[in-house]
Amino acid sequence: MMTIRQHQSGPQQTAKSASLAVTNAVFIGRSLRLSLRNPEALIMAILLPILLMLMFTYVFGGAIDPSGQYVHYVVPGIILLCAGFGSSSTAVDVTQDMTNGIIDRFRTMPISSVCVITGHVVASLARNLLATFLVIGVALLVGFRPTASLWEWLAALGVIVLFILTFTWLFAAIGLVTGSPAAAGSYGFALLFLPYLSSAFVPVSTMPGWLQGVASRQPITPVIETIRGLLTGTPIHNQAWWAVGWCAAILLVALVWSWAAFRRRAGRR
Amino acid sequence: MSNLAIEAKNVRKRFGAHDVLQGVDLAVPEGSIYALLGPNGAGKTTLIHILSTLVEPDEGMVRICGHELAAASMVKRSISLTGQFAAVDEVLTARENLTMAGRLCGLTRAEARARAEELLARFDLESAADKRVRTYSGGMRRRLDLAISLVTPRPVLFLDEPTTGLDTMSRRTLWDLIRSLKRQGVTVFLTTQYLEEADQLADTIAVLDGGRIVATGTASELKTRLGDEVLELRDGRGSLIRTLSTDGSLQDIRQQLNELAASVPPDTRIAIRKPSLDDVFVALTAQEKERRSS
Ligand SMILES: Nc1ncnc2c1ncn2[C@@H]1O[C@H](COP(=O)(O)OP(=O)(O)O)[C@@H](O)[C@H]1O
Ligand SMILES: [Mg+2]
Repeated sequence: MMTIRQHQSGPQQTAKSASLAVTNAVFIGRSLRLSLRNPEALIMAILLPILLMLMFTYVFGGAIDPSGQYVHYVVPGIILLCAGFGSSSTAVDVTQDMTNGIIDRFRTMPISSVCVITGHVVASLARNLLATFLVIGVALLVGFRPTASLWEWLAALGVIVLFILTFTWLFAAIGLVTGSPAAAGSYGFALLFLPYLSSAFVPVSTMPGWLQGVASRQPITPVIETIRGLLTGTPIHNQAWWAVGWCAAILLVALVWSWAAFRRRAGRR
Repeated sequence: MSNLAIEAKNVRKRFGAHDVLQGVDLAVPEGSIYALLGPNGAGKTTLIHILSTLVEPDEGMVRICGHELAAASMVKRSISLTGQFAAVDEVLTARENLTMAGRLCGLTRAEARARAEELLARFDLESAADKRVRTYSGGMRRRLDLAISLVTPRPVLFLDEPTTGLDTMSRRTLWDLIRSLKRQGVTVFLTTQYLEEADQLADTIAVLDGGRIVATGTASELKTRLGDEVLELRDGRGSLIRTLSTDGSLQDIRQQLNELAASVPPDTRIAIRKPSLDDVFVALTAQEKERRSS
């Protein structure tokens, strides 16, 4: 009965498919658009660290350091707080894509569908760098006077980028194993507390002994000490190695975890 | 003799203790419309997910346009899927959704834009083209979803319950569209819970129940399985008591009614009509239940 086929121009052609570069570009563009169209989250990610910084400088700063130098101490911590908080929304973005059916569409296309995730990661990096620059800008306005040379600036930027990437991938993995965007969102707050238990706001040496153990051994402290050292010239010692080591280790775990979770989540439901 | 667009042998899938597919065989000729009919939970979506590379079967062989599932990238080049729930990006506009899909399917930026324009017109989405999909009605979302599947022509199109939740008008429009795709040579594999839909559209209908295809054939082939006529018995208030199939002869009808006489009330009303696919469906799924319980 039905034999209408053969030599038609349309459907029988084997379709082309996008190159890896184009696929990545498309997904990065998509994620950037999604970020821009969620201005509340974007503003929150920028405004919250700035407000915290103003609060710490003008409200608590005088009590913590009466000499008025507290702004120099606190800015590196605020930068990391900002990066950590900003990257946490990646978990929500990823969960949303994995649960609303659109991933099925991408997975039936002849493309590398894991690029959906890398798109979100790159967009998070862009968002967070923007937020970081704004935070540094405001910090300069309120009296932050870094002593860094160009190279130290670049090194600090490198550490910040590494930190953002690390935590973004960690949140991407969390997003891949979480069932709902709301649940994914609540994990963001966990990270918001990590900097308080570090040398971000007060030196570790001022904390009770048991807390010093926690604070000096958690990954945020060496990253903050490194950035602070690079920007304001405080001693870094071996903290830079710890910072890079921590980030590299967490990044590696997050990448492997994401990859496995993506395959499991996407492949067998 | 036409080639097979979709071929499946002994496809099995189990979720934990739940044996969803227990050996499904399919043969879908190129350029035909194939309707997979089954009640909720029969495993239609699972089967479509297997055929479209989204889920790995536990066992069995699947070939799409001659490519086995292991050659996933070849299979993906041959198919597109419109799932049961619209797979659209809610934050983007319809135009952006279509352009993005075009780019991912290997079109250049200009080609993707032109194609999006074409599809927006064809699916009557022009007036909302630059609004975010979040604001769309269910029908518009479905149309967009289908439009995205058609961004680049693929020989095999999977549609999972494409008209569920659509009003009658949109349903008819969609049927016309599916027929026109068939005329272009596209093989359409669709699932539905509506017998009328299968009856209207499909060249071949397969009934999925209890993890197996319990019947395959054209609509009329399935109907003749039930006999030529159906006797409908209704009680005084007009509600259906039961249906009987008959060859329509006086002798057969008389005999069946005699056997029944004692078990139905005297005010029972009788009507004779042609069997519908509904009857087939009910009969087949009842047989399947019996088979499983025995
Ligand atoms: N990932 C899964 N895990 C467990 N059970 C599943 C999963 N996917 C589907 N099922 C079960 O398989 C059965 C068939 O589901 P489905 O294929 O969606 O049916 P249909 O599309 O015909 O309504 C249902 O009982 C459903 O609960
Ligand atoms: Mg279904």
